[in-house]
Amino acid sequence: MMGGYGGQFLAGILLTLEISVCSYLIGLIFGVLGAAAKLAPWRVLRVLGNLYTIIVRALPELLLLLIAFYVLAGALSGLAASVGLVKSDFSFSPFLVAVIALGFIQGAYVTEILRAGVLALPRGQSDAALALGLSFPVRWGRVLGPQVLRHALPALGNVWLNATKDSSLISIVGAFADVLKVSSLAAAATKQYILFYALAALCFLLISVVSMWILNALHIRSRRGLHIA
Amino acid sequence: MTAGAQAAVTLQGVNTSFGSNHVLRDISLTVAQGERVVICGPSGSGKSTMIRCINGLERYQSGHITVDGIALTRDATSLKRIRRDVGMVFQSFNLFPHLTVLENCVLAPMSVRGMKRAEAKALAMDYLGRVKIPEQARKYPNQLSGGQQQRVAIARALCMQPRVMLFDEPTSALDPEMVREVLDTMVELAGSGMTMLCVTHEMGFARQVADRVIFMDGGEIVEQGAPDTLFAAPKTERLQRFLAQILRSH
Repeated sequence: MMGGYGGQFLAGILLTLEISVCSYLIGLIFGVLGAAAKLAPWRVLRVLGNLYTIIVRALPELLLLLIAFYVLAGALSGLAASVGLVKSDFSFSPFLVAVIALGFIQGAYVTEILRAGVLALPRGQSDAALALGLSFPVRWGRVLGPQVLRHALPALGNVWLNATKDSSLISIVGAFADVLKVSSLAAAATKQYILFYALAALCFLLISVVSMWILNALHIRSRRGLHIA
Repeated sequence: MTAGAQAAVTLQGVNTSFGSNHVLRDISLTVAQGERVVICGPSGSGKSTMIRCINGLERYQSGHITVDGIALTRDATSLKRIRRDVGMVFQSFNLFPHLTVLENCVLAPMSVRGMKRAEAKALAMDYLGRVKIPEQARKYPNQLSGGQQQRVAIARALCMQPRVMLFDEPTSALDPEMVREVLDTMVELAGSGMTMLCVTHEMGFARQVADRVIFMDGGEIVEQGAPDTLFAAPKTERLQRFLAQILRSH
């Protein structure tokens, strides 16, 4: 029934997951940097952080991806070539550009989530950690960070679910056979539109259900100590 | 100077303002090793700000603070050394809710003092025993009553084996029936010779353990002395008014 497309679908799911995981991890890094900038005592950083979240959240993801791919990546590789860092025919891997661009977009949302999480921390937590003499890494790694994450986890889960769906945008900028691309190729070739698009929907549903299951487990774990006896 | 003669805490001409609000005006205070000082005063008088300056939780604009001979500066090393030696207990306990009682207690000794887990655990169990809740070690803070949480907070601070303990209204957030158990713990601690600075309105506690009571108002130390003299014969009108209000509300 699958007309030999089963293997391609499997590869598509793996590629979709690969793009999602990579872009999400990059998004988390941008998010931590963005939140740190927006909460920084220095005005310059706060302005930069605000520009980041305002612009990225305002523009369509597709437009940002096209800008990253056709404008920024081209300009950067041209610059690198002109100073002799790379050969003149160099171009960035489309996968890398797309994953960084998607991560940059998710990072803007993560920035807002983490910022809200930090602001929701009672001031006393930081006071107590400072009074005990805990160093910066211990303060954030053991005391404040876990509490921010507990607060932010549901919203970060939403960003992850969006990441799995946005991953299909990658086929705009290169020959990537992610789940959606495979299904539209198969549908066009066999005219079995209902079958193959339903199959694509099923794949995304599967990813989403498994994700939610994992996120729920993480959420329950992160709430340990919160219940009242 | 010998350790016995050296002051535990000194403040010299300390001034703090938040914007146009002058919170501490020229505060000078010397606390001897082992001395127990109770600080009282109306809200907004600067008493919390003053003790928060001592371990660098609050910045001050001018003046000098030394703790155990170490000058408190903006330099990270002096802050680090002072915070190792100064324990603090807060009004709202500020236990870490995602860590068990035991983890709350061993975190700083392990990460700041570099203690091995077994050693830190033994120390924590010892202090939890002294505040009479060793059986709660595996629970999370939210599973305990307010009084129990505050006793854990005291044990957590003591696990760093501080030379000075700061208390910032430790019983103000507690239900009345839990105040006693926390005060008892503090009385016991006072008996062990710990240098204590305690912001509180518990006048009974002040009479029982304080060597000296300091009355603050409007960011200044208005009056100070032994609790019996100070409470029996307040010299200033401001202290008389404050004591009258305290007595009326108790």
